[in-house]
Amino acid sequence: MTSELITLTAAETARKVASGEVSAVEVATAHLDRIGAVDERVHAFLYVDTEGALAAADAVDKARAAGEQLSPLAGVPLALKDVMTQKGIPTTCGSKILEGWRPPYDATVTARLKAAGVVILGKTNMDEFAMGSSTEHSAYGPTHNPWDLDRIPGGSGGGSAAAVAAFEAPLAIGTDTGGSIRQPAAVTGTVGVKPTYGAVSRYGLVALASSLDQAGPCSRTVLDAALLHAVIAGHDPMDSTSVTDPVPDVVGAAMRADVKGMKIGIVRELGGDGYQAGVRQRFDEAVTILEGLGAEIVEVSCPHFPYALAAYYLILPSECSSNLAKFDGVRFGIRVGEGDGDPSIEQVMGRTRAAGFGDETIRRIMLGTYALSAGYYDAYYGQAQKVRTLIQRDFAAAFAQADVLISPTAPTTAFKLGEKLDDPLAMYLNDVATIPANMAGIPGMSLPVGLAPEDGLPVGLQIMAPALADERLYNVGAALEAALLQTWGHPILQEAPSL
Amino acid sequence: MSTSTADAVVPYDEVIAEFDPVLGLEVHVELGTNTKMFCGCPTEFGAEPNTQVCPVCLGLPGSMPAVNATAVESAIRIGLALNCKIATWCRFARKNYFYPDMPKNFQTSQYDEPICYDGYLDVDVETDEGMKTFRVGIERAHMEEDTGKTSHQGGATGRIHGADYSLVDYNRAGIPLIEIVTKTVEGTGKYAPEVARAYVTALREILRGLGVSDVKMEQGSLRCDANVSLRPSPDSKLGTRTETKNVNSLRSIERAIRYEMTRQAAVLRAGGTIIQETRHWHEDTGITTSGREKSDAEDYRYFPEPDLVPIAPDPAWVEKLRSELPENPAVYQARLQAAWGISDFDMMAVVRSGALDLVAETVALGADQAAARKWWVGELTRIANDRAVELTELPITPADVARVEALVGEGALNDKLARQVIEGVLAGEGSPDEVVAARGLAVVSDDGPLLEAIDAALAESPEVAEKIRSGKVAAAGAIVGAVMKATRGQADAGRVRDLLLERLGVSE
Repeated sequence: MTSELITLTAAETARKVASGEVSAVEVATAHLDRIGAVDERVHAFLYVDTEGALAAADAVDKARAAGEQLSPLAGVPLALKDVMTQKGIPTTCGSKILEGWRPPYDATVTARLKAAGVVILGKTNMDEFAMGSSTEHSAYGPTHNPWDLDRIPGGSGGGSAAAVAAFEAPLAIGTDTGGSIRQPAAVTGTVGVKPTYGAVSRYGLVALASSLDQAGPCSRTVLDAALLHAVIAGHDPMDSTSVTDPVPDVVGAAMRADVKGMKIGIVRELGGDGYQAGVRQRFDEAVTILEGLGAEIVEVSCPHFPYALAAYYLILPSECSSNLAKFDGVRFGIRVGEGDGDPSIEQVMGRTRAAGFGDETIRRIMLGTYALSAGYYDAYYGQAQKVRTLIQRDFAAAFAQADVLISPTAPTTAFKLGEKLDDPLAMYLNDVATIPANMAGIPGMSLPVGLAPEDGLPVGLQIMAPALADERLYNVGAALEAALLQTWGHPILQEAPSL
Repeated sequence: MSTSTADAVVPYDEVIAEFDPVLGLEVHVELGTNTKMFCGCPTEFGAEPNTQVCPVCLGLPGSMPAVNATAVESAIRIGLALNCKIATWCRFARKNYFYPDMPKNFQTSQYDEPICYDGYLDVDVETDEGMKTFRVGIERAHMEEDTGKTSHQGGATGRIHGADYSLVDYNRAGIPLIEIVTKTVEGTGKYAPEVARAYVTALREILRGLGVSDVKMEQGSLRCDANVSLRPSPDSKLGTRTETKNVNSLRSIERAIRYEMTRQAAVLRAGGTIIQETRHWHEDTGITTSGREKSDAEDYRYFPEPDLVPIAPDPAWVEKLRSELPENPAVYQARLQAAWGISDFDMMAVVRSGALDLVAETVALGADQAAARKWWVGELTRIANDRAVELTELPITPADVARVEALVGEGALNDKLARQVIEGVLAGEGSPDEVVAARGLAVVSDDGPLLEAIDAALAESPEVAEKIRSGKVAAAGAIVGAVMKATRGQADAGRVRDLLLERLGVSE
């Protein structure tokens, strides 16, 4: 019974709960048991809220018993990335500096999940303040890829992706600043969507780079991602950068799954030599499948994409240096060195930050502080903003030729834990294909398209659509997913070794 | 408090003979909105510390600002009233620096894209050649949020050095502020302190008229920083400036600038250089002392606030706001001056003392304009100065003054008693009527006791009585005076005189 419940999709689970076939408490218990059984090895969770999850599930069961109309994801368990606040539940952002902090408020995403009867199981591991591509920069130890526990689960949202891949939760929330939802999805054989910038409220999402951050769904199927997208998206007055446009019909698009007559553009600059052979092979096969489904394949060029990474690593650290200034030991989190001598407030702030932040965080704070300094601003931050405009123009030109764009999500499959930890530049290159979407604010999805022959590890394909046309991701993604499922005969995660 | 000894100063006329002063004034105005700049917290003054806070104004992780639309409207109205241009598109920016009373360790402010820019305010100052108008250019007026308030506990000074620990109250954090920055104010010569005072006075009147702030300097809802520099002559390049803070009354603005000019002159005369620094004004000792050094190299790493969308006021809306602006205070003043029929000089005295609205309200409540001016510009201004508070801060209202005047008009009080009533009201003894009753200050209106007193006085001075009888009516003053003394001033001198003449059978 237990194993059956954890392998269900979110859509199936919701249906069974709504029909009374299973109770939400049974579903939650099955997942909590699974977490108990495997998470010691996977380490997807930083905090498991057993009591809260069971109470939320019980509330769904009671509402059903009372004859209330249940929302489409009521009773479905979910893992929440630890960068999102949840009232009363520890929120660390993978950082030591926030150890023990329990936010007094719910993020808008959290509040919407609760209102929809989604059962929040706990908080997932991540690179500190969402900086990283491997989850190794968590102050609480790395998360392990369920496909191979010696490998990284991607990052920064490795915990959310691994939780979904390891059947600890059918759904998870991730956040994506340069690929932190899509790249982990790619390397764990799961689905991850970064919606249009502003589609999902950032209120309560502890900011890394405000102009790039976007929360989105992680799941095992495209339809499940769409269902979750529909719950969390929509304007929020608390986040004035959230879009006021109506939420596109992502669920309808995922059910339509028809690419006939669509123009699909392959981005020339996102592929080729820097990409692992098996990644390219599975990508090419997926293109053939899409063509077979009636899509017209075109090649497009985005000449400024090669500059995206460099510009991104100026904008992100700049905003991050300011966003992380509030972590000073004065109002929340840890405070260090207060009793040592008779320190000034500046000394206590400095000691707290030195002790509380990890190396990668300090590296980016220093980069950003430098880039924003008088005399350097124009050369760095200002110039990077111009590159950003050029990337937006590249996308505009590309979308004039194609309805959606596709590329491999990540250049390689999951690498070994520790392999790139001492080489920041190699680590940064993991996001080379995902960063352009963040720079332009457009939506992107990663879905699994097979295993690389050379290492047997999952390969992700990225779909990108124009801003506010998120439904196209779901339409194309669902069509490709259905065709692949037919080819494979079973979901890709069944290929993963049992934990 | 200063630990340094007072600096050397140069007599003011010598400063003027040798140097040309240049000013720059930065005024921070706390807007009177119901809620804070970026969240829904109340803005009421004086609440228990840290009770008007939320995740946003505490800068808790994950929280985000959302702009208060009323604050934007107020900013635009202020800009329009100061003859500024209104930006068609502007953004907030982050000003990054670490300080415990700043929840996010950056202030959400505006940098190179202020909402209002390039305006002016004309102010009148009385000069040796009569009233003269000086134009003070407005560089910009921009929106920002206030910080929390730190109080340093222990230690002797109440300042950070030597304190045992500090407490922070975040109630003020996030209160909407408008910062109004002048262009350099040049060509004022020896009138620099007066121009500065006149500017802040006029600005305060405008802000009060707009109803955007309660403009109480003592509560910090209007704060002025004065930049002062000296140069050898108006042709020379600008000298190094100092920025004097903690100037929290109109009077202090004038005094602080005057002091700073005399101090800088002494430094320059001795061949020294002025250090660009923040200085603190000390109301009690009348001097400024060095605060932190502030160089142009101070780097706030400004960049556009990515958590907020740009503000693009609809031009039609701006025009609507312009058309709905209240009467310009200068026009309002001219109108009142004509209605009261008083001279420029007398009107200036009213404006300078900050009593315009008070006098106008008192007159509106039925008092004679001359009497209203006499109280507010004379007696009450003197008391306010003695107490080093603003006129509006005195615990007396136009209604009180109008009531006292009404009692005088009815003959229930004379001038001397009226002063005592005012004194009682200021002492918190209640309304004018309550003070009259409690102190027993009513004019003696019963003729009986007056006649007794007159008879007694006449008996004392038979020779004066004789003079009056013989037609020297002017001599009556001595008897009236004696009667007034005998009645401890509680008689109506006119009535005493009438009774006296009647008694002696003389007519005027």
